[in-house]
Formats: sequence, C-alpha cells, structure tokens
Amino acid sequence: MWHDIIFWILAVLCVSCALCVVWQRNPVVSAVFLVGSFLALAGLYLNLSAPFLAAIQVIIYAGAIMVLFVFVMMLLDLHHPLDLYFRFTKLKFPKLIVLLLFSWFLCTLILATAFPLAAPQTSQGFTISQIATLLFSKYAFPFELTSLLLLIAMVGGVVLAKKK
Amino acid sequence: MTLLDFTILAAKVVLVMSVLLSTVPILVWVERRGSAFIQDRLGPNLVGPFGLLQPLADVVKFLFKEDPIPIAAHRFLFPLAPLCSLVPAAVTFAAIPFGDTIDLWGKTITLQIADINVGLLYIVAFGSLGIYGILLAGWSSNNKYSILGALRSSAQMISYEVALGASLIGPLMVYGTFSLREMVHLQASHWGILLQPVAFITFFISAFAECNRLPFDLPEGEAELVAGFHTEYGSMKFALFFMAEYLHMITISALTVTLFFGGWQLIPGLVPLAQWIGVATYPTSIGLSLLQVFSFTLKIGFFLWLFIWIRWTFPRFRYDQLMSFGWKILIPVALGNIFLTTLAIYLKWI
Amino acid sequence: MISPIGYSHYLILSAVLFTIGVFGVLFRRNLIIIFMSIELMLNSVNLALVAISKFTQNPDGQIFVFFVITVAAAEAAIGLAIVISLFRHKQTIAVDDINLMKG
Repeated sequence: MWHDIIFWILAVLCVSCALCVVWQRNPVVSAVFLVGSFLALAGLYLNLSAPFLAAIQVIIYAGAIMVLFVFVMMLLDLHHPLDLYFRFTKLKFPKLIVLLLFSWFLCTLILATAFPLAAPQTSQGFTISQIATLLFSKYAFPFELTSLLLLIAMVGGVVLAKKK
Repeated sequence: MTLLDFTILAAKVVLVMSVLLSTVPILVWVERRGSAFIQDRLGPNLVGPFGLLQPLADVVKFLFKEDPIPIAAHRFLFPLAPLCSLVPAAVTFAAIPFGDTIDLWGKTITLQIADINVGLLYIVAFGSLGIYGILLAGWSSNNKYSILGALRSSAQMISYEVALGASLIGPLMVYGTFSLREMVHLQASHWGILLQPVAFITFFISAFAECNRLPFDLPEGEAELVAGFHTEYGSMKFALFFMAEYLHMITISALTVTLFFGGWQLIPGLVPLAQWIGVATYPTSIGLSLLQVFSFTLKIGFFLWLFIWIRWTFPRFRYDQLMSFGWKILIPVALGNIFLTTLAIYLKWI
Repeated sequence: MISPIGYSHYLILSAVLFTIGVFGVLFRRNLIIIFMSIELMLNSVNLALVAISKFTQNPDGQIFVFFVITVAAAEAAIGLAIVISLFRHKQTIAVDDINLMKG
C-alpha cells in the first residue's frame, strides 16, 4: 500500500515539475524544476527496487549534468526579451495536432497490451554485485566503448568551446 | 511497519536532527575561541562565562535583524538558495551509524536513521546536490561579486568531488560493501586507516574543498570578493548558509570517522575505564551503546577541531593553484591508490 | 488508486513525460530549454526501462539505463559546447534565427 501512495505522490510531483520546465520563461528556473523532476524520478527508481540506479541518477543527472546546464546559462548573457515565449512559435496548430495524436497513440499502445496486472510479489531488486557482474561479463564491450565515448566527449567539448 | 516502528524512527530523526542543529552553535563558539587562542588573543568573553552564550546572542541577532532582499534579485530563486544549501547538508547524516544497537521495549533499535544498502552512494549523491545552493545564490543575487564567487566555488566543488569519489573507491574495494553499518562492523579488529592511508589523505583534502573551508576558501574569501556568493544575503538567510556550512563539516567528519577511524568502535582503553567507573558493559547493554556513541562523538569532535585548526593556520590557495592541485595532483594520486589497492587485494596482502 | 500499481501505470507515466518533452522541443524557441526537454525524454525512457526490468525480473534493463545515462552525459557536454560556440558567433539562442544553411 505504501508503494502505491508513494508512486502517486512522486508521479504527480514529476509531471508537475516537467510541465513547469517547458512552461517557464526563464531557463534557470526551468533547470531548477528539471532537477526536481529528476529527484522525483530517483524516488520512483527506489520504489522500483533499484537503489543503485536511484543514486546514480542523482549523482550524474541532478548533480553533474544539470550543474553543467546552469553553468552554461550563467556564463552566457542570455537576454530574455529575445526568447518571446510561445507567441512567435511557427505552425502552432499543426504541432498541437501532432502532439495530441502522438500521445493518444502511445497511451493506446500501452493500454492495449495485456500486461500482467500486478508486480510479481516476490520480486526483489538486483544487488549492485549482480549488476556489476553483468556489466563486466556480458556487457564488457559496451562498457569499454562508453569510456571511450566519454573521452571523446571531453576532448570534443574542450575543442568546440575554446576561444580561437 | 507498525506504529511502534514508526514512532522509533520518528524519535531517531528528531533526536539526530536536534543534536546536529544544536552542535552548530557549539561549533561557532569553538571556532571563535579556538581561532582566538591560535591567534594569541581573547575571543568573545563578555556574554556568559567564557563567552559560552555568544552563539545565543548571535541567534537573537539573526532573528531580529532586517532580512534584505535586493530589488533586482530573482523573486523565487533568491529565498530558495539557502534551503537548497541546507537540506542536502542536513539530510546526508541519515545514513551514518552512530552506535551499534540498543535493546529497548523488546525491540533491537539500530542507532542509524536509515540502513541503506547503498549508503556511501547516497551520501555522495546528496553531497553533490549542495552545489545548487551556491550556484542559485550567486546567480539570483544579480551582483558581480556574487556570481564570480558562485562560479569559482562550484567549479572548485565539482573538481574536488571527482577526487572525493575516486578516493572512496579504495575503501570500497577493501570493505566490499556500500553499506556504512557493514563497514563499521568490519573495522572491529583494526581501523580503516591502517589499510587505506593514502585514501584517507586524499579524502580529507577533498573534504576541505567540498566544505569551502580554508585553505580552499577562495569563493568566500573575505579579502577578495566581498563575501562571495552570499554577499547579498542578510540575517536569517545568511544564518542558513552558515548552518549549512557547519552541518556539511559535521557530516564530512562523521563520514571520515566511519570510513577510516572505526565509526562507533570503542576507543581503545575506554572499556577498562568504564568498568573502573562502574558502567556495565557486557554485550549489548545500554552502557555499551552509550560508550559507543560517546566514542563516535569524541572522534568527530577531534576532526572538527582539526578543521578549525587548519583553517586558522594555513594561507589561502590561489584559484589556479587550487584547480591544478585538484586535477593534476589529487586525482592521479587517488587513481594510483585504486591501482595499488587492486594489486594488494589480488596478491592477498589485505 | 483503486487497483494496485502495475506495469501500465509506470509506462503511462513514462509516456506522459515523453509527451511533455516533445511539447518542449516543438513549441519552445530557446535552444537550452529544447536541450532540457530532450533530457526529459531520455529520462522517461529510463523510467520505462527500469519498470520493465522489475516486472520481467531481468537485470538487463538496469544495465541499459546505466548506458543511457552515460551517453546522455556525453551528449549534454557536447551539446552545450555547441551552444556556447553558436552563441559566440550569432549572439542569439533562438532556434528560428539560427538558419544560415537555409535556402
């Protein structure tokens, strides 16, 4: 029962923070709401018995990526009058139709699939050692590729943002 | 979860939070008298005996002083920033065990608010959320000095967070678990520092940078940037930043003690002393639990004094020296420690 | 609220978050807010993966989430570097004004 209550609270929090992200005029306030959304998502991961992923989500997403976003926004001198909000968005009506169709499509697909009703009650989460064993045995190649990818991203970021 | 369980949990939370929040005034007093002692002058000595009521006078001042909000400051983020700094610093203490167990009312109560099985990751996660308070404070103040201080401070905190995390991997490999309670249990025979001295040194240095304490004090450097990111903050909000800094210090000291100095394991020689005084200490009695909490408090007190001592002894790092030290010296040392630890575990030295 | 929380609840929540992300990408003109909406979409996919991983008792879902988070970190770094160099040249981050290659 507690799982259900916590799910509803966190889900409402997540969706409202996400709505505030796309509805705010000021990008820094958007970033703060996005951090709130990520924290709610970390809580949902905990609800799904994935404590390792919840911690990783907070450390990497909320604690590093969003800090990078806020840094960039503070370093650039963004003039708000230039981003005149929704008024100058082109093709508003077709975009709205596409959005509604898309969301209807997704929800229909999900509700039409015959998922088993409740979680298997004896399901416990996966321990860190199980995840780590998988990472280093079955997924060792993607793991090494990811480290290469991060190196490329670091070098590329420095080169792109350097002043000539 | 029965009502009794819930009440015990609530009582633990209330107890820990009140102890933490009331340690902050004590720390303020220790810092002011301690710094005065190091600098060969008297500290506050007018308010109460030995100036002990000085923090109380400070609290009264903070409560009644005008709380200014600059006109050009951001209306929503300016008051939010001190909270973003305080809450992660306070919440991080939840995973730290301050004693073994106590048997009361037929239940064995573990002296830890939450025995999370990823306790160490939880602490690193919420420690890294503390950056937002500084960033938002600097940006929303709409002031040159604030934003400069905030950018410097967050760049410093991010860099030393990498060193902090890297230095924690060594003890992690040796203990083989993320849970802090397990780690303290594993230190029953010898403390962690005997197995991981290099990790302790890197961790402790990174901890100074994380808490923005001297010698890594440039972001709030008094002679440099007016007051850094909290230039525009007045009475109560400034008090919240102040409290957040001291709480962060307490949590980092507690983490150091838990990882490297045996946590609540008794200081050697305490049991005979207790028996001589007359406190009963056969297994899991209340006397033993109290002794464990007392040992833990004493060790944290030592590290807090070390923080204050180092602050008033060393000069400040310059910003470029700070960044090059973090990236070019501390992180390679931490990585070297990981390599050595791996070798030692593989060759069964440890 | 009446039925216990199952598979579908988490997947619908993921779909709702994804839709909000698409809304942000389509309707906002500020480049950084578009980036944040993309991150929101990636997170909704992560949520779906973790939910499926729990309900089918298969740890591979959590491994995928690990990789998605890492790739998103790399992508955010490079994307923001591009934004910085773009801002340096054109002094604007409204996407409608970044149309040098057009017609």
